[in-house]
Amino acid sequence: MKEILINNALTFLLLLAAFVAVFLQAAWDLPRNLLGVPLNLLPPLMVFAAFRTGVTAISLLAGLGGLFSDALSANPLGVSMLPLLCVGLAIHHWRELILQEFAYARFIVGFIASAAAPLLTLMIIMTLGKRTLAGWGFVWHWMIMALTGGLLTPLSFWLLDAAAARLVPSPVVHPSFRPDREIKRGRY
Amino acid sequence: MLKQQHLVSVAVMLLLAMVLFNLPEQVAIRIKAGIGGLFLPLFGLAAAGQTVLDSGVSATMSRRTLLRELANTRTENQQLAVRAMQGEEALRENERLRQLLGWQKQSPWNIKPARVIARDTAAWWRTLRIDLGTRDGVRPGLPVLVREGLIGKTGAVSLTTSEVILIGDPNCRVAVLVRETGEMGVMLGMSEGVFDHRLIDLSHLPRNSSVKPGQTVYTSGLGGVFPAGLPVGTIVDSRSVGHGLYTEARVRLAADVSKTREVAVLFP
Repeated sequence: MKEILINNALTFLLLLAAFVAVFLQAAWDLPRNLLGVPLNLLPPLMVFAAFRTGVTAISLLAGLGGLFSDALSANPLGVSMLPLLCVGLAIHHWRELILQEFAYARFIVGFIASAAAPLLTLMIIMTLGKRTLAGWGFVWHWMIMALTGGLLTPLSFWLLDAAAARLVPSPVVHPSFRPDREIKRGRY
Repeated sequence: MLKQQHLVSVAVMLLLAMVLFNLPEQVAIRIKAGIGGLFLPLFGLAAAGQTVLDSGVSATMSRRTLLRELANTRTENQQLAVRAMQGEEALRENERLRQLLGWQKQSPWNIKPARVIARDTAAWWRTLRIDLGTRDGVRPGLPVLVREGLIGKTGAVSLTTSEVILIGDPNCRVAVLVRETGEMGVMLGMSEGVFDHRLIDLSHLPRNSSVKPGQTVYTSGLGGVFPAGLPVGTIVDSRSVGHGLYTEARVRLAADVSKTREVAVLFP
């Protein structure tokens, strides 16, 4: 019961983070003006979800996060869901093999996720027959997105772990003392 | 080997994606507008925060700076008033000549200011979102401009917000005219330049085009979406393409949309 509560709280936290992340991507101009491309905050969140939660939370994050992102973009509706899900499931599948507690490992996984997600999204958009701005100049933007995604991944772990520690109640530690098992020592 | 749970979630998502991809365009726009509507309180909060910040900056400005700005604004206002009078006279003359020639009467365009509330979350589109919607009379295909010139046209419109497709996006083509040479062309898409997002390709210029750097580009009025005479940008360079069949030029847009917070929508 308690585990379900903890999982639900973490899933809720992730979805809330995805909502705020998409809002920041759309409304916060500073990173876009500095880097020339918008920040892509969903892949770092997906890396966190893949390491810390299960398939249900990953699917919900991919579905809702993708829909949030597409709603504030010219993307066809639903196009960002599948790439996020693929990235999340792949990391979740190999999570035992990744040294996830190390910042550099998180950076590398975040870098790969942030590189793969936009590329897969772009492939789906092109498969749907839509014309985009992606040309040779996009390669540079793609590298910037991957790099910033990688850098933001350890940060997202730090922030979400801290938020989860406050949101999710810590388990009660039962003492080993039991009055019925008290050993009464006599003289001998 | 993938677990069964993974396969089920992938299958569900695939099915959902297929359904969403095959929705009629109007339904997809409505769903997008509905989901985008969830962000409206946050956009409102951000706008309020910006207003507070701006008023805070104004409050801390020195009296000397404010007086200097007031003087500048007065001078600019006088210049604009003179220009407006000249413009009105030119309009009247134009109207008289049109009547003499028996041409169709032109209705003036009305302007409605709007605030930019969001920009596209993806790097492969050039769109932004403004706080005017169908309740304000906005419909798809209306020209959007700033003080420096044209920036794009309205795309999908919801009740309270509208998408603006910027010049350079593949879905916003603008028929233009190089004022100095009178040559016509079409603003197609962003140039391959990585660091300057204001460079746009101007295509379909004549083979023996004589465009030169620094010449100005205005809307030609062809196509019916944009009225003629709106400034678009200046020529940066030109080259012969398509084995010499036509000329292509790079245009630096007059308006820098990355810093734009307020825009104006033109209504016929």
